[in-house]
Amino acid sequence: MKRVWNIAWRDFRAYFMSPIAYVIIALFLFIMGWFFFNNFNFFIQSASRMNPYGGGGTTPSVTEGIIRPLYGNMNLTLLFIVPFISMRLIAEEKKMHTMELLLTAPLKQWQIVVGKYFSGLLLLSTLLVPTLAYPLILGVASNPDWGPIFSAYLGTYLMAGCYLSIGLFFSSVTENQIVSGILTIVTSLFFWLISWAAYSAGGAWSDFLNYASLITHLNNFLRGVFDTSDFVFYLSFIFIGLFLTHRSLDSYRWRS
Amino acid sequence: MIRVSNLTKTYGPRAAIQDISFEVGKGQIVGFLGPNGAGKSTTMKILTAFMPATSGTVHIAGFEVFENPLEVKKRVGYLPENPPVYLDMLVADYLSFAAKIHGVESNKVRAAVDRVLEKVALGDVRGRLIGNLSKGYRQRVGLAQAILHEPEVLILDEPTVGLDPKQIIEIRNVIRGLAGQHTVILSSHILPEVTATCQRVIVINRGKIVDQGTIEELSSHLHKGLVYSISVKKPSPDGLKSIQTIPGVHRVTDQGSKWMIEMDPNAGEIRDRIVDVAVQKGLGVLEFRSEKMSLEEVFLELTTNESPEAHA
Ligand SMILES: Nc1ncnc2c1ncn2[C@@H]1O[C@H](COP(=O)(O)OP(=O)(O)O)[C@@H](O)[C@H]1O
Ligand SMILES: [Mg+2]
Repeated sequence: MKRVWNIAWRDFRAYFMSPIAYVIIALFLFIMGWFFFNNFNFFIQSASRMNPYGGGGTTPSVTEGIIRPLYGNMNLTLLFIVPFISMRLIAEEKKMHTMELLLTAPLKQWQIVVGKYFSGLLLLSTLLVPTLAYPLILGVASNPDWGPIFSAYLGTYLMAGCYLSIGLFFSSVTENQIVSGILTIVTSLFFWLISWAAYSAGGAWSDFLNYASLITHLNNFLRGVFDTSDFVFYLSFIFIGLFLTHRSLDSYRWRS
Repeated sequence: MIRVSNLTKTYGPRAAIQDISFEVGKGQIVGFLGPNGAGKSTTMKILTAFMPATSGTVHIAGFEVFENPLEVKKRVGYLPENPPVYLDMLVADYLSFAAKIHGVESNKVRAAVDRVLEKVALGDVRGRLIGNLSKGYRQRVGLAQAILHEPEVLILDEPTVGLDPKQIIEIRNVIRGLAGQHTVILSSHILPEVTATCQRVIVINRGKIVDQGTIEELSSHLHKGLVYSISVKKPSPDGLKSIQTIPGVHRVTDQGSKWMIEMDPNAGEIRDRIVDVAVQKGLGVLEFRSEKMSLEEVFLELTTNESPEAHA
């Protein structure tokens, strides 16, 4: 585990040796700030008008009116941001021949894969921590339900973890970072959108497509609902990505 | 210390190395000499457990590389053809990272880094960004990385390629200084390089070992003549005798399906004469070829000039 940490920490620091980390963080926080500002405004306005949801005098809850759309948007944003985090992880090492250092050091190959993955998670955390300001602002302004906020973060982290896992794999199949990034976005989008096909496919297919879609599982988290099967889904998804990365390194060694 | 048996690696239908076998004793410095594309890097990648072989075995310090890669990697230091350095790291940071992943204990990392910096004479650039260093310095950083964990075996793939003459001399001195503490295999396509650094030489060409021994042994082999073989449809004693009497031919032996033609040393190019005679005698030539890649032929392809432009 110490070796995993050595690799993760080196890669994490490497992000900040080039402008890429700063650009990613700035861009992400700018987009999220924009979403938050608009969601917040819209919520205030609709709450101060007549309650559009019918029924008694209740306004939509903070969870429904702000948390869900805000973190839904965050997940979509991350779909486009995470590939920029993942694309260099292995592609760069292949190109610079430093992969030979890692693969001839007394490391197990999974330690390399997991170390790289963790470095991506570290950068992801660096992105997400500043966004804690939004719930804190909500906490000052109102009395939000903290459960769904917590579960929204958990879901977001798991979902972005899936993008990262896809990204790590594509970073291992090519030396070209742009190609790796594009393939990551396309594949991530695919796993978002297959639930759309569930409406037209019927029966068992519909259930399957819904299950295989990343977004289906996020909705529960955004509503504040914990379901073990969602956890299992995300963790398996991440595991498969890491496993494929491991295989891809095997074949890289065979061919080089 | 190193025992390589029948090592073969194929890329698709092509064999990069074929049936390579050799041994290296503890503390030796052995040169792996061959022209570009001979299979030096391929062999070294297999020895370091970076790449699996198609067939054959390699034992290093008693461990088989494919069965026990971790034990082998602990005992081997490797400088690949391209120094595996992170351009965006400081020299000292890079070396401490390399030390950690090579299993140097945390409290000994600093001492290990200081030790190798001194050994390869890099102390004055320890705080510099690797990307800002010259090729010669990067190569030395790569070499420092290879010896951090005090490996028993050092595998250096063309450690002087791309360096200027001054840097070459410096690196060679560093490598000679490492002898004794490590068993070293060093590859090169430059003849004077191995004669300057190595006790023993393994000559490799087109994926096969052509010869091995000390420099003196190799040069004595060098003066043996070439061997050709000829296969004919209608062999006759008279034909054999005619070939034997061609000036430059040392001896012809009948091996059933083909005749082996041994040449005198310095016979010159007389292959055309041999074929002419065989045709005149109506032997019906099926095949005529050089039987064994001679050391001369390999050496002709080697670089004998030390200046880097010579092989650009
Ligand atoms: N990844 C690869 N794919 C296909 N062929 C390769 C690969 N690497 C090396 N080869 C071939 O294997 C042979 C030996 O290469 P190499 O070991 O790099 O030679 P050297 O290091 O002696 O110059 C060459 O003919 C080369 O073209
Ligand atoms: Mg080579």
